[in-house]
Amino acid sequence: MHKDNQPLIFEMTKQGRVGYSLPELDVPEVDLTELLGQDLVREEFAELPEVSELDIMRHYTALSKRNHGVDSGFYPLGSCTMKYNPKINESVARYSGFANIHPLQEESTVQGAMELMYDLQEHLKEITGMDEVTLQPAAGAHGEWTGLMMIRAFHEANGDFKRTKVIVPDSAHGTNPASATVAGFETVTVKSNEHGLVDLEDLKRVVGDDTAALMLTNPNTLGLFEEDILEMASIIHKVGGKLYYDGANLNAVMSKARPGDMGFDVVHLNLHKTFTGPHGGGGPGSGPVGVQADLIPYLPKPILIKTDEGFTFDYNRPESIGRVKPFYGNFGINVRAYTYIRTMGPDGLKKVTEYAVLNANYMMRRLAPHFDLPYDRHCKHEFVLSGRRQKKLGVRTLDMAKRLLDFGYHPPTIYFPLNVEEGMMIEPTETESKETLDDFIDAMIQIAREVEENPEIVQNAPHTTVINRLDETKAARKPVLRYQKPTDSE
Amino acid sequence: MKHRYLPMTSQDEKDMLETIGVQSIDELFSDIPEKVRFKGEYNIKPAKSESALTKELAQLAGKNADSVRYASFLGAGVYDHYKPIVVDHVISRSEFYTAYTPYQPEISQGELQAIFEFQTMIAELTGMDIANSSMYDGGTALAEAGMLAAGQTRRKKILVSGAVHPESRDVVRTYALGQSIEVVEVPLKDGRTDIDALKEMVDENTATVMVQYPNFFGQVENLKELEPIVHGAGALFTVSANPLALGALTPPGKFGADITVGDAQPFGIPEAFGGPHCGYFAVTQKLMRKVPGRLVGETTDDEGRRGFVLTLQAREQHIRRDKATSNICSNQALNALAASVAMTALGKEGAKEIAVQNITKTHYMKQQLKKSGFEIAFDGAHFNEIAVKIGSSVKELNAALFEKGMIGGYDLGLSYDELQGHMLIAVTEQRSKEEIDAFVQEIDAFVRETEASHA
Repeated sequence: MHKDNQPLIFEMTKQGRVGYSLPELDVPEVDLTELLGQDLVREEFAELPEVSELDIMRHYTALSKRNHGVDSGFYPLGSCTMKYNPKINESVARYSGFANIHPLQEESTVQGAMELMYDLQEHLKEITGMDEVTLQPAAGAHGEWTGLMMIRAFHEANGDFKRTKVIVPDSAHGTNPASATVAGFETVTVKSNEHGLVDLEDLKRVVGDDTAALMLTNPNTLGLFEEDILEMASIIHKVGGKLYYDGANLNAVMSKARPGDMGFDVVHLNLHKTFTGPHGGGGPGSGPVGVQADLIPYLPKPILIKTDEGFTFDYNRPESIGRVKPFYGNFGINVRAYTYIRTMGPDGLKKVTEYAVLNANYMMRRLAPHFDLPYDRHCKHEFVLSGRRQKKLGVRTLDMAKRLLDFGYHPPTIYFPLNVEEGMMIEPTETESKETLDDFIDAMIQIAREVEENPEIVQNAPHTTVINRLDETKAARKPVLRYQKPTDSE
Repeated sequence: MKHRYLPMTSQDEKDMLETIGVQSIDELFSDIPEKVRFKGEYNIKPAKSESALTKELAQLAGKNADSVRYASFLGAGVYDHYKPIVVDHVISRSEFYTAYTPYQPEISQGELQAIFEFQTMIAELTGMDIANSSMYDGGTALAEAGMLAAGQTRRKKILVSGAVHPESRDVVRTYALGQSIEVVEVPLKDGRTDIDALKEMVDENTATVMVQYPNFFGQVENLKELEPIVHGAGALFTVSANPLALGALTPPGKFGADITVGDAQPFGIPEAFGGPHCGYFAVTQKLMRKVPGRLVGETTDDEGRRGFVLTLQAREQHIRRDKATSNICSNQALNALAASVAMTALGKEGAKEIAVQNITKTHYMKQQLKKSGFEIAFDGAHFNEIAVKIGSSVKELNAALFEKGMIGGYDLGLSYDELQGHMLIAVTEQRSKEEIDAFVQEIDAFVRETEASHA
């Protein structure tokens, strides 16, 4: 790979070049100043680039070569479910009848889109075991907050205003406590026990009549199934709280256990994870929320209903928490997820989970002799190793992650969950072959050997990337968050 | 059944089970209690082959009327604009769309640099110091602006103009509910924020005043007059702006906005039935450390090479958890890339030209409607939308227009009681003179017919 900088698009500008082809102006010109008044007419151009269409394509192609995606190579980033993004999804989402329709068109002109949304909801209801689903939230964290707002509305509708606390395990995703705060709750942390599961005694200690909800991922972020889930549900329900399911890890339990059957009251899904809406370099996602019957009145409005005349949006929802997003959610991502579900069918989704779990356990067993395995039991779709053995030799997990880059891999999620020292969270997904897993395992074993024999090569990694480790302190101390055109004097 | 996304062979399965030391895959699920174990398969539609499924879904898509086959005069926050074809070719490069958040900068320089460029373009257009890497959409970006303002000013009241998009106002209310923040609407006068009313309403509890620019009716708010009123009360000035309009309009930053948010959908992003679009969030330097979501910053490696990293992460949920500035994690990165490519294609001159075309064509529409005797609801400067009094049912008019291959405007009566029988008409650069003339002719004919049948 080139180690040269790729210039910023602004640095490629040459006055007079254009990359566009606008429709001709076929109506009489106007005097902007006369029409808008002097104050409103922009005086200076926005300094956007001036480049040709080929310049654009070359620039972004060069940038794409400096980026690693699932299509570039293995991407075992734990908790993110970086599985293959099917190409049929991309084609279908671009069908003009899905891509070029306006959310405020008359309903009679978008019945196909509404039918797709409705059928996706029906599929997600069956998959989660919940009674109703909204597609409105834009991403997982947005779904979490939506769910918590509904729980809040439920309690308040019962005249119960003292439920100010949301309980989250110490292994929870950072979005859980953050979403609780945005929904106006205080976060209480419940400890994990020596098996990596929620400590039931600690849970009993922290619950009370101020408990609004317990947020839980199952399997948890260690990739372990919370075996005592029914007892936990009972503890929470007994004090009048609600049980919230963070669906980030649904890939581990499809066709094996449904949140609705485990006693969960609210669940969000990450359609960009389990259901292959691509991650897009950080988004867009889609975070539908499913609820049990008693929470249906509080769903964001509108809800999509089926009538004898066709599909319609119902805005008459007096107890709804309101809108969480303009329009109806990230429809384009929902189209992709629907296409995926229809491609896999019931037998396919079952195999997805089985192979995801088989792949993870295989990797865990093969890597266990070379790294510390804090929780030695069958994992689900992912597992967490600890680099504390290597740390004693002066090599940190961060270094090993950087060394993996030299082998062409995206590293696992590191330093998470917080309750594992020097953690490495590995999620292979079901779409990777045994050969890919074996190659990655070999690389990990080699790195473990290097730590013992030649630690510098790991400590100074990466060696083959377009850039070395970057000075993050400098970036944060004197933030440069945009390009500035040099002034003439420079 | 074998599946094209699942490479596991029966030999692989056998070998892997042996390595693990179990007899069957089922054993790996033995930790799921019997009582909650799901038996069998989901009761969902069976799998379909690639060909069969594309056929079915193409038929489903065909049931929808799209803005390629129909001339669309519908805007109200989502617009049919010129989408440079190069945009889709760039975002279809799977190194971009199959990557996740650039947590490993050494192998994510492409994404990071693209976001850095996006941040720069948004800052340029809005006239703000800095912009973040994107939000879900314009509505949630506005709500987050409200949360930021409340935190920054330690005040608990948001004043939002009635001329802000009704759905965005709804989203602001929902977010505010969570934070126990009061949301009060500022009334309208001639289709714009009532400045005299606002003067009466701002007080020492006001965290921010939110206006939209151009506003929901396409009218251009007088930010110059609004700014001193807002700042005079010690509140933050939040402007929700259509970034495409800013190619021709004085940017909010010039008028002293503290926070400018909006949606970059007009830049190369398909309407897609309302999403995914691309929220943006821009602020003054002073508010840099309060911004929600991801920020990309420039730095260097040990050999002095320029590179880009996610920075100021101490604001974010994965570090600060319950103390984070927002709970946002996934954003709209791929759509930010799409918007960047569209802004690049348009470039310095095109960004102005497209905005001017919108104003010009909308003005033409206005003139033609006036000539036909229609009453334009509001005077004053407009961008690419105007509110027109139809008198009769907008829904019926839209049905008539649809028959003629046109998607009519937004029925303002749905959101504003006082505007029953008014249609909000959008005219982008995509609409030709011929289409505009045909549109005016049709609504003229419709209104005459309706009046005749009532006479």
